[in-house]
Amino acid sequence: MNSGQIVFLILAFIAVMGALGVVGFGDKPVWSALCLVLNIFVLAFIYFTMGAQFIGITQIMVYAGAIMVLFLFVIMILKLGSREKEFKSNSWVAILGIAFSVVIVAAIGKWCLTPFMENTPLVFRNDPKLFGPPQTIGMEMFSRYVWPFEIASILLTIGIVGSILLAKRRI
Amino acid sequence: MLNQVSLLAQAPPADVPLGWYLYLSVAMFCIGAVGVLVRRNPVVLFMCIELMLNAVNLSFLAFARYLPGLPVTLAVEDAATASTGGQIMVIFVMAVAAAEVAVGLGIIMAIFRQKNEVDVDDMSTLRG
Repeated sequence: MNSGQIVFLILAFIAVMGALGVVGFGDKPVWSALCLVLNIFVLAFIYFTMGAQFIGITQIMVYAGAIMVLFLFVIMILKLGSREKEFKSNSWVAILGIAFSVVIVAAIGKWCLTPFMENTPLVFRNDPKLFGPPQTIGMEMFSRYVWPFEIASILLTIGIVGSILLAKRRI
Repeated sequence: MLNQVSLLAQAPPADVPLGWYLYLSVAMFCIGAVGVLVRRNPVVLFMCIELMLNAVNLSFLAFARYLPGLPVTLAVEDAATASTGGQIMVIFVMAVAAAEVAVGLGIIMAIFRQKNEVDVDDMSTLRG
């Protein structure tokens, strides 16, 4: 086991712990949000180790910077939390959920992921310009993917207008 | 003339296999899905959906990184553009997630203003 694998295992453990914290903190939505922030940061570090610097920094800026602030604002405005019955039922639903997810992960891992478990050769290791930096992504996004880019901007505009309309007190 | 076979021959093995990333992705997706099924606070539900989107982003990026090394028949240039395309897909998923969260939290605010509580079991109707 080399150093990259050890780093990945540590980061993956923290990411899974953060994901479990999102689901597990029953009566504290702020703690769930902070666990999601932890998960997002660790995922960004995993992206950095994969050589995708631009995606990693976009992950931190967009998710941890914008989306999580939105979540925390709504949690604090609505004064959510500290109520009883945060879970849908009592403990056997949680046990069923844990068993379900363990079975799904084991089944997918056994029947779908086995061909990917041996060491795949990494072709772009010799030329890191081909993966990750903003120049590559920018060139591709504004040449080949320019129409999806425009459609995404239209979608974001619709999202802004729609959320303002929905959250206004009186239209 | 550099084709994929000679590139594959001189490429070093990756330090982390592709399957490890996919295992992490599957685990996060399952945790998010179970959270959507189990929790009843709609804001936490949205967080679980974000978790699932993040898991999909991770698997997109892992496949994009390892695609030229996988045994598929692609020319080197096609593999390069497909690899960048995976990352651009991640950026679009982030944009759609941002729009979805903005609209969804707006809906939650509107419901809270009408009923003064938010509970997914009580949200059976969309009319005010």
